[in-house]
Amino acid sequence: MSTSVAFEKARSDDRAALVGYLPAGFPDVDGSIAALEAMVAAGCDVIEVGLPYSDPVMDGPTIQAAAQQALEGGFRVRDVFRTVEAVAATGTPAVVMTYWNPVERYGVERFARDLAGAGGAGLITPDLTPDSDPHWPSAADAHDLDKVYLVAPSSTDERIAMTVAACRGFVYATAVMGVTGARTTTSELAEPLVARTKAATGLPVGVGLGVSTGDQAAEIAAYADAVIVGSAFVRTLLDHGDDRAGGLRALTVLTEDLADGVRRG
Amino acid sequence: MTDLTTAPASALTGAPTSYDADEQGWFGDFGGRFMPEALVAALDELTVAWREAVADPAFMAEFDAIQRDYAGTPSRLYDAERLTRRIGGARILLKREDLNHTGAHKIRNVLGQALLTKRMGKSRVIAETGAGQHGVASATAAAYFELDCTVYMGAVDTRRQALNVARMELLGAKVVPVESGSATLKDAINEAMRDWVASVDHTAYLFGTAAGPHPFPSMVRDFTRGIGDEAREQCLELTGRLPDAVAACVGGGSNAIGLFTAFLDDPEVRIYGFEPGGDGVETGRHAATIHAGDSGVLHGARTFVLQDEDGQTVESHSISAGLDYPGVGPQHAHLAKTGRAEYRPVTDAQSMDALALLARTEGIIPAIESAHALAGAFDVARELGPDATVLINLSGRGDKDMETAREWFALGEKTQEQV
Ligand SMILES: Cc1ncc(COP(=O)(O)O)c(C=O)c1O
Repeated sequence: MSTSVAFEKARSDDRAALVGYLPAGFPDVDGSIAALEAMVAAGCDVIEVGLPYSDPVMDGPTIQAAAQQALEGGFRVRDVFRTVEAVAATGTPAVVMTYWNPVERYGVERFARDLAGAGGAGLITPDLTPDSDPHWPSAADAHDLDKVYLVAPSSTDERIAMTVAACRGFVYATAVMGVTGARTTTSELAEPLVARTKAATGLPVGVGLGVSTGDQAAEIAAYADAVIVGSAFVRTLLDHGDDRAGGLRALTVLTEDLADGVRRG
Repeated sequence: MTDLTTAPASALTGAPTSYDADEQGWFGDFGGRFMPEALVAALDELTVAWREAVADPAFMAEFDAIQRDYAGTPSRLYDAERLTRRIGGARILLKREDLNHTGAHKIRNVLGQALLTKRMGKSRVIAETGAGQHGVASATAAAYFELDCTVYMGAVDTRRQALNVARMELLGAKVVPVESGSATLKDAINEAMRDWVASVDHTAYLFGTAAGPHPFPSMVRDFTRGIGDEAREQCLELTGRLPDAVAACVGGGSNAIGLFTAFLDDPEVRIYGFEPGGDGVETGRHAATIHAGDSGVLHGARTFVLQDEDGQTVESHSISAGLDYPGVGPQHAHLAKTGRAEYRPVTDAQSMDALALLARTEGIIPAIESAHALAGAFDVARELGPDATVLINLSGRGDKDMETAREWFALGEKTQEQV
């Protein structure tokens, strides 16, 4: 199942899609599945399942803390497939967001096969650009998986063209020059980046990094095809600690606010 | 006789070797660039700036002048007769990088990168540090070139190396303790990269070793290859021929590649890298990345990595903070795979014995990092016998390690008892 189904549906509703991120295994594997199901039920159109990694250079303190908790709780790479399977069972496309080494270690071809087997839609690769390694594109194509690479405000037009040509599913536009983490204002760098990216591709363009409220989502939805939210969801669960039920309720409220936002944009 | 202090050839214009990276930074199967797209433009810009700089005679003249007048290079090649007699094997020559300004080879790299930073018009530098040597060198270069400087250092290391934190602060740098992950060198690198993503328009990342994404492994090698270029000439002058073997310790690999490069295409010269074996490779508590790691991607390059079944980085262990890193520069991975260089582990205990031996026989206290090279090279000297010459890179001095040495050898306890 490609993510394109979800983007087409959002487009036919004349709105942006809401993409929600949470690391697998946080607070534990079953807890992350329950949380992702709640996010789907409250209005996420696409789910990004994070794969916790020991050296997450693109992540700020919030997602670092969640990944560390997952790893200390014994998270294994195979748990990501169980998590994807649970999300896919809801009918909502699930992509995995992962740093490259765990995939390389698992075996690129084997990872693609198991991800496809779990019903996963594809992979987002924050530290793999299309020119870094030739193995992923061929494995992804063999297993009919989306390849989502990132573009950044610092990307030249040439690199944007090269990157979008290698993408399938959607393009991930990082709104800020910085790491993941909720920010209070939206970045002025996002809109011109989306415009440059759209000039190079007909693929949907999602904007992520820093979005935490319905109002920010509405602002971005005015010019992007998808609003991607991560740290705000993680923060909500972290803030509720052991109060799992309270965490899920708060996650639902946040998702509804964001889902309302993408419809106002 | 060649006078190296006035030799016109710059340390930067060394000839290419058969083991260099391709245009994309690949050393065979290793290296490359596995980085967030946000940093690719900066790495491309750095690659171009570095290539242009080394082709510019004005830049090279300035580089050479600072290395000579400020850092104190060429460092001496010392004929260690007492040590040679004591070991009872090959003639041992020591490349005295310990006598450089700030006490190690690291100053060569930072002066090169800081000069490039100036040329690129950036006003701030960041660096990671383990033992604090690269942090001190970076803070020194920042003071010299009037650059703002922030050094990331694992919180565990800021406690282990408190004196170096003080040195950096005295030099005007800001030291940020990193609490995330294992709170050591690898996490300091992560945090420096996070800073860099957000500050890249005005900030240069002074990477401390010949690892990381392209162009760092090649660029850092070029800035440190003066070690080997000088040593080669000095050895020819002293002995009339090339050494039979060269040896260095390998953390990330900058002092080692700086020495090895001049000899890579001399097949008759054996090349040895000594990795931190910690408590012994068999105990699992070590940092012998090439010997015991597997191919993987860490900090932007494919190389050997200490990792678990899932590709999560495993914490390394070494008595030497400067070698305590679960990755290694990709050119070393390539040299190991092609068999051009041999890498062997040396334990904490063997290194500390070598440290004491050099102190007693020659009156030189080496850095614990460099003591790994000594310990490993002593075996090589015995293997090769008295007709051979072994050239060892004494990458740094031991002042920073006195606290560790005091504890290890229980120094001062007898004196205390007499009081
Ligand atoms: C004296 C000395 N030698 C060696 C090293 C290891 O670094 P590299 O392997 O990059 O030479 C260090 C690092 O701090 C050092 O201080």
